[in-house]
Amino acid sequence: MSLFEIIRFALRGLNSNKLRTTLTTLGIAIGVSSVIILLAVGNGSSKAVQAGIEKLGTNTITIQSNRGGFGGGRASAARAASSQPLTVADAVALSDAVNAPDIKQAAPVAGANVACAVGTNSSTPGTFNGTWPSWFEASNTSVKQGTYFTNDDVTEGRHVAVIGNTTATDLFGTSNPLGQEMRCGGIPFTIIGVTEKKGSNGFQDGDSLVVAPLTAVQRSLTGYNNLQSIVVQAKSAKVQDLAQTEINTIMDARHKVKNTNNRDYRTLNQASLLQTTSSSNSVFTVLLGMVAAISLLVGGIGITNIMLVTVIERTREIGIRKAIGAPKRAILTQFLIEATILSLVGGLIGVFGGLVGSHFKIVGVQPVIIPASVFLAFGVSILIGVFFGGYPASRAASLRPIEALRYE
Amino acid sequence: MSLVIDVQGAVKQYGVGDAAIFALDGVDLQIEQGEYVAIMGPSGSGKSTLMNIMGALDNMTKGKYFLDGIEIDTLDENALSVVRGRKIGFIFQSFNLIPRTTALANVELPLAYQGIKGKERRERAMAALKVVGLADRVNHEPTELSGGQQQRVAVARALSTRPALLLADEPTGALDSKSTHDLLDLFDQINAAGRTVVVITHEDDVAQRAKRVVRMRDGKIVSDVMNR
Repeated sequence: MSLFEIIRFALRGLNSNKLRTTLTTLGIAIGVSSVIILLAVGNGSSKAVQAGIEKLGTNTITIQSNRGGFGGGRASAARAASSQPLTVADAVALSDAVNAPDIKQAAPVAGANVACAVGTNSSTPGTFNGTWPSWFEASNTSVKQGTYFTNDDVTEGRHVAVIGNTTATDLFGTSNPLGQEMRCGGIPFTIIGVTEKKGSNGFQDGDSLVVAPLTAVQRSLTGYNNLQSIVVQAKSAKVQDLAQTEINTIMDARHKVKNTNNRDYRTLNQASLLQTTSSSNSVFTVLLGMVAAISLLVGGIGITNIMLVTVIERTREIGIRKAIGAPKRAILTQFLIEATILSLVGGLIGVFGGLVGSHFKIVGVQPVIIPASVFLAFGVSILIGVFFGGYPASRAASLRPIEALRYE
Repeated sequence: MSLVIDVQGAVKQYGVGDAAIFALDGVDLQIEQGEYVAIMGPSGSGKSTLMNIMGALDNMTKGKYFLDGIEIDTLDENALSVVRGRKIGFIFQSFNLIPRTTALANVELPLAYQGIKGKERRERAMAALKVVGLADRVNHEPTELSGGQQQRVAVARALSTRPALLLADEPTGALDSKSTHDLLDLFDQINAAGRTVVVITHEDDVAQRAKRVVRMRDGKIVSDVMNR
């Protein structure tokens, strides 16, 4: 009795009740494809958040002052005496090629919180920065329309500004903002550029933005010795940790920090933000995967159910086969193969369905398939066939021929 | 002549104590090679039980059974399936063909379980179907054949393995008189070719065709006569 022969018997058995075979296969197919699709959705949404954060610039380290309002309570009060504000000189020191070889550039940022108006339209940008031209690269912001302002504009303290998409729409509607003038906190600025759309990073709208030369903003809006932050760009994502160390060394020296646990500045690192969000996302993905795994299990129970019914229905046939000399092993193999074919075909259809289904956006998320999930789901579906088909198969094989033949 | 069947003191008991029923109550039966035996008796006489034991489908409570010199009681499940496949050809009242399977595939089935492959299997199955006169119906499924034709496919299936013993359980029970006649002619022909045939029946005209008639009642053999 060759295996090929037994497979033919099994196929004939499956073929004899097509509707039932189809429905059982469907159960497994749905289980497998839902594992693939749901994991892909989880993965896709985490990829989307990552991409959003990467748009902010992964090489970017932001230095903020720990002075005043931020920390609050006793700690900041105790610190206040010795702490110094961030200064333009700090930014210049961080740009030093000798002491900070892994830092590409640093840009001081003076932040203002003012409303801008054009005629009757007004808008309060989420971010209003006075800075250097190097800020654009350091913060991964590019101008889509118009131009950047230059070092010359900074030196001269010209009242020009680059604005984000949301601000442009708020103030100018659909008309072209380039060359037009807006008043922010009563101070006129001429629009010279509009930035590329950044979208939201999950916390704030990256397009509600005004960027102007540092000197102009300091002179007219914020004053000279109160930088909001310094944006530092590492030479690459790889050397970000080195850059971080260099920042600490330089800043500790300049700000005479004695206790490194009690600095008057702090650094924000995009990479660590990325890590936090991706770990919370993987929890989400695992949960989705578990839901899908349950549906795969239910599909497996469906196979057991159908195989049990099949065995009972074909008891007499099993008796005949045994009476004409079928060994136990042949019967066992036949029913096991029937179950395996059900799960194998179901698995293949499920993989196909999963691959196709993952091309469509699901609740706004573009699924990204995890290759391992395809193999895992497919492998598990076959194991389920063997495991859940095994019990009915061994029951069939152990039937005594005389009892099987008497069965009506 | 060598014994094909040698049943010694066969007892088959169902239930225990007061509720005990003896389907077979001490049966001795010897059948030699080439014999044509009819086993008769009313229902409940134990003839079907005896047939199941002779066919290695059921076991005895007590007694010994040798088939073609092999002691059947001592065999395990695997060896039993080999014996069923090679030594015995079964014919049932209800034909017992595998549904949705052609006549040829049905006849090939026992050969397949013996591991006979391809061309040889096909030729032997075709030869057996030719013997029963169904060479032109090989690709028909059971539902496309008449009762008489189905039973002849079953005979062909039983013959295909060249068994020591052809065992028929009420083979004519579901057939009309014409088909019954044809089938009994076929049995005569098979027996004439030297094969041992044992037929279980309760019809006298079927028993008349056999050379030897064994009658049973209440689990015992009550008469054993040569017909001709």
